[in-house]
Amino acid sequence: MNINLTIIGQAIAFFIFVVFCMKFVWPPITAALAERKKKIAEGLDAADRAERDLQLAQEKATENMRKGKEEAAAIIEQANKRANQIIEEAKEKAVEEAGRVKAAATAELEQEVNQAREALRGQVAALALAGAEKILEASIDETAHAQLVEKLAAEL
Amino acid sequence: MASGTVTSSEYISHHLTNLTFGNHPDHGWSLAHSAQEAAEMGFWAINVDTMGWSIALGVLFTWLFRKVAKTATSGVPGSTQNFVETIIEFVDENVKGIFHHKNDLIAPLSLTIFVWIFLMNTMDLIPVDWIPFIAGEMGVHFMKVVPTTDVNATAGMALSVFALILFYSIKQKGLGGFLAELSFQPLGKWMLPFNLFLELVGLLAKPISLALRLFGNMYAGEMIFILIALLPFWAQWVLSVPWAIFHILVITLQAFIFMVLTIVYMAMAYDHH
Repeated sequence: MNINLTIIGQAIAFFIFVVFCMKFVWPPITAALAERKKKIAEGLDAADRAERDLQLAQEKATENMRKGKEEAAAIIEQANKRANQIIEEAKEKAVEEAGRVKAAATAELEQEVNQAREALRGQVAALALAGAEKILEASIDETAHAQLVEKLAAEL
Repeated sequence: MASGTVTSSEYISHHLTNLTFGNHPDHGWSLAHSAQEAAEMGFWAINVDTMGWSIALGVLFTWLFRKVAKTATSGVPGSTQNFVETIIEFVDENVKGIFHHKNDLIAPLSLTIFVWIFLMNTMDLIPVDWIPFIAGEMGVHFMKVVPTTDVNATAGMALSVFALILFYSIKQKGLGGFLAELSFQPLGKWMLPFNLFLELVGLLAKPISLALRLFGNMYAGEMIFILIALLPFWAQWVLSVPWAIFHILVITLQAFIFMVLTIVYMAMAYDHH
């Protein structure tokens, strides 16, 4: 319990340890701590950002899906419309064609009827003429009665 | 008890005597052979055991912390680094909570105080006879293993802190400002002598209380361990175990108090009143 030189020796040792600690111990460790703190903060930040990005991506995906569905629906609608249109057109064309064919057939028929009629008329005229000739024998002047026969034939 | 031939008081005083090397009036430069011889050496003597153990523990502290500092990584820390970081963050938190100025010295100073004193106090938990017995077998008569039970050790640190208080007071406030602070409060300039007396007592009380608080606590704790060691060997654990467990608290607490008071005194040196 005597105060002696130890007091100064202790002060010197204390001073040396403090200086050593200040120069070689404290700065590197606190630097590492600060850096780790920064890293953690950055990591948390990145996680937050990633979460936000994910949410955005999900929203975008949903939006795209919705759009796709809408487009698909529109395309189907259009296709249906077009199909109906094509059917209508085909129907119309068919009707038209049928009409055309029918008209042509009618015309041909008519022509043939006319031809037949003409032929028939000619034959009837000839036949009437022959009949009349037979009935009247020579008494009929062909030229004089031709006009009459023509008239008869036209009336048929 | 170390041996059956010594009396209790001899045993106790033996355990409380430092290994002192100094200039004895009769024997010249030599190791003291008794407490009386050590006292006769006066100021020009040195307690070899106090110095040796404290420096060894200080080296242990700086070696361990330097080892971590060299390989300190901001990535995943190893267990040693984790341990060291826990202590550093604890000290740093205390410093930041009390001391609000820019100073690169205070935090490492506090760390050194806390860890070094803690290690020196921890020597108290080693059974009181072990190391003195080994030293005795090796021919060394006295061996006090707890440096903080030597008032020289605690006073050495407290006086260093006191020097820093004076240095930073004068640096921050100027010599005039510091003297004015001592002279003109608390009662105004007409009571100058009274103020000066009061403030000087307050100022000097700082290192003295620092030194004696730590010394007193550790000395008393050591004394109790020595008294317990006087019991028959089969009964000692009944008292020594609870006391040692309680002492773990005292050891940590005293190191912590020394550190916190140092920070507080430094903050007071910086602050203007």
